Amino acid sequence: MKHLLSVDDLGPEGIEEVMGLTDSFVEVSARSIPKVPALRGRTVVSLFYEESTRTRLSFEAAAKRLSADTMNFSVGSSSVSKGESLRDTVVTIEAMGVDAVVVRHSSAGVPAQVARWVDASVVNAGDGWHEHPTQALLDCYTLRQHLGSLDCRRIAIVGDVKHSRVARSDVAAFARLGAEVILVAPPTLLPPSLAGWPVEVSHDLDAVLPKLDAVILLRMQQERQHEALVPSLREYTATYGLTSRRAALLPEAAVVMHPGPMNRGVEIAADVADLDCSVITRQVANGVAVRMAVLFLLLGAG
Amino acid sequence: MSGVTGLLLRGGTVVDQTGSRRADVAVAGGRIQAVGEDLDDGGRGARVLDAGGCLVAPGLVDLHAHLRQPGHEEAETIETGSRAAALGGYTAVVAMPNTDPPIDAASVVRDVQELARGALCAVVPAGAITVGRAGTRLAPMAEMAALGVRLFTDDGSGVQDSRLMRRALEYASGLGVTLAQHCEDGGLAAGGHLHEGEWSSRLGIPGVPAEAEELMVARDIALARLTGAGMHFLHLSTAGSVALVRQAKAAGIAVTAEAAPHHFTLTAAAAAGYDPVFKVNPPLRTDADVGAVRLGLADGTIDAIATDHAPHPPEAKDAPFDQAPPGMLGLETSLALSLALELPAPDVLGLLSWRPAAVAGLGDEHGGPVAPGRPAHLCVVDPSATWVVRPERLASRSRNTPYAGRTLTGRVRHTVFAGEAVVIDGQAQR
Amino acid sequence: MAERERKSTPPYGGVFFARSRVMDGDDVRRALTRIAHEVIERNAGLDDVVVIGLQTGGVPLARVLVEEFARIDSADVPLGSLDVAFYRDDIGLRPVMPEAVTDIPADLSGRTVVLVDDVLFTGRTIRAALNAVCDYGRPRSVQLAVMVDRGHRELPIRPDFVGKNLPTRRDEAVDVHADGVDLGDLVPVDDRRRRQR
Repeated sequence: MKHLLSVDDLGPEGIEEVMGLTDSFVEVSARSIPKVPALRGRTVVSLFYEESTRTRLSFEAAAKRLSADTMNFSVGSSSVSKGESLRDTVVTIEAMGVDAVVVRHSSAGVPAQVARWVDASVVNAGDGWHEHPTQALLDCYTLRQHLGSLDCRRIAIVGDVKHSRVARSDVAAFARLGAEVILVAPPTLLPPSLAGWPVEVSHDLDAVLPKLDAVILLRMQQERQHEALVPSLREYTATYGLTSRRAALLPEAAVVMHPGPMNRGVEIAADVADLDCSVITRQVANGVAVRMAVLFLLLGAG
Repeated sequence: MSGVTGLLLRGGTVVDQTGSRRADVAVAGGRIQAVGEDLDDGGRGARVLDAGGCLVAPGLVDLHAHLRQPGHEEAETIETGSRAAALGGYTAVVAMPNTDPPIDAASVVRDVQELARGALCAVVPAGAITVGRAGTRLAPMAEMAALGVRLFTDDGSGVQDSRLMRRALEYASGLGVTLAQHCEDGGLAAGGHLHEGEWSSRLGIPGVPAEAEELMVARDIALARLTGAGMHFLHLSTAGSVALVRQAKAAGIAVTAEAAPHHFTLTAAAAAGYDPVFKVNPPLRTDADVGAVRLGLADGTIDAIATDHAPHPPEAKDAPFDQAPPGMLGLETSLALSLALELPAPDVLGLLSWRPAAVAGLGDEHGGPVAPGRPAHLCVVDPSATWVVRPERLASRSRNTPYAGRTLTGRVRHTVFAGEAVVIDGQAQR
Repeated sequence: MAERERKSTPPYGGVFFARSRVMDGDDVRRALTRIAHEVIERNAGLDDVVVIGLQTGGVPLARVLVEEFARIDSADVPLGSLDVAFYRDDIGLRPVMPEAVTDIPADLSGRTVVLVDDVLFTGRTIRAALNAVCDYGRPRSVQLAVMVDRGHRELPIRPDFVGKNLPTRRDEAVDVHADGVDLGDLVPVDDRRRRQR
């Protein structure tokens, strides 16, 4: 496997391989010296056109724990100069000799375009609405820690699926592992066509909750309010928010996940969010291990 | 100059609106001198161009090309565009007015006509319907028409304001010119970069629903009926649009329509790799839409094939998909793609030559028939020659063809413009 | 046969075909008992000894060794397992994947680490294991116990405790399993089908 642009690049055994490798790297990360020489001499570059300190640092930590060298091009710093074309920037980076480029961009498809222009391996760290494969892998890992195998599990993804790259990657990953995926959202927050998506759809959250093994709440972005996708946040919360009444409908062992940061009172009621035994936000430590697994798979495993 | 020595196109099959026949064609003084079997050069030492195994047809007429000059010469100029056109068999091209400045006044029309002198084909400017193509005030159509402009469009955008469009149609009918519409409802289409459907959802890119085009097609058909004016629809791309035009024609409303080769050969699936070379407006659609366009070309609903040749420099098409400008090259590939429609060759040539000539009001000069006395605008087409599309070898200044690397069947061997052989054996002569 | 061995012996990733049995199950058991005694003697007891089996071939042998320590000396010696995949020097040259998660039960600083592996060949695996072990602390010493030393060292590595010295050709292969030790060949996967006919 040369690139990780979407979850589908991993193929059927790929996700299992990443899960197994993540176990190994969780062990590495727990050591007093959390480092192995596996990618010594390799260079991993982050090319972040969209600011995201957490994700970028997670990839950087992952590369460093594998003893790789890192370089950083982020739009926050001046190293990504405005006006320089994407292609010129990428080709310049490659000329410095890099083995992997981790790309985040607000436009879908940029990692695929970068992959056409460089010899290095490309990792998609989030491209527009399209995909965020390493986050989905992390979600799989976290869910497996709580549920065991995801085969035949029922997992609901609730909220703004249309604009969510995490949702697209999650759907692909969960379905690949044998889970039944249900999208719960108003029609305006679903993609125009779900042809070929391995999902069921429901507009009735109450009906879906009692039979779930896990529910993933997507952030209802305040920034989208002007697009008239829902009449108001209040209406959204009334129909799709995880209120305490709804939380009680969930089976005892069901897991509630939220990519974070949470909009308390919108997609999740404040008192439900504070039941910290039930709500799991991104596990930062596991995130580094998952990304170590991905980098090792691309650059080390051959 | 061949205007003096003359040309003899020997050994081909002449195809025009009157039929097909084996015939040689003799050209001199910018006109067709004779059409018949086994012509000799009459001792004038005419240059003989071998047309064996080829079709000899009236030069193709493109209703819709973006030549980018004035204003965007980095993408194309009138000269380079006309060379691409000639290599594609075209002897006349209607130049779209979304230049910079736009062709919305007599002065710009004169500039374009001046630049077109010495081009390898006739370059006929189209005028804008509204000032600056902004869609708020009518452009001075009469003063442009006085300089010979016959077709007006705001192409690049559609005229959103229905009342203004009605006024434009009424005014145009008084001038005897034709209005052409780029059908796109701005509200529905806003923010879209791909056809809204399976692929836009999978790729996570905002889409443009088919209805954005169909709404305006329906509106303009109604306005054409209301005003009694004619209307030409640019680049139809959806099954719904084709059906609307079919219905309108059956009801006797004076509408015509064109379609671009990419809309009858490619679908949205081509954009799966996020290559902006496949980004175009209207976008590539579904298999069903492609089928409907092909059917519309076969049954006469669609009157012409027009390239919508839209060059963009490589750096523009290297941008992220949602930032790249829409548009594809078309002049050099349209003939081969059209021949692959599995329609009889005369029908294909009609769609490429005499029928667009009629829509553009160029029928006096262009589009045949191939008969003595007619201006010598001809193309000699080898329908079985295969060739591979190599972007860097195209005559256009830009490289954005979606057919790069494809093997196409059908190629122009010679092109004669105003009696001059501007293309010989597939090579531009200047 | 240890996956690691199979993958690092030409033709890499082939299938093992035994030609002769050089040790049977009893021989292996007896060798492990002898090695257990040697370890106790060498270290004057089992204080501060930690046994670490290398994945995958060394792990079952390490377990038996620790059982022997319990039987002979009533000692409860900590047992761990180590996968050296991330320390190999051929990462990027050929496919490398860990077999299992490493499990080191204790801080190794100041301890006597006894590494256990099934076959000692080029020495590269042990070099990688030494690097790995030192990432868990600073042992007082590291000793190496192997069931078979088959020669062909490429690095200056030597075993402290050996079950059997077995001269081999470079292109031969050795398989240590529950019923003993076999000498044979690694056959490329596509050849295997021809052989089976």
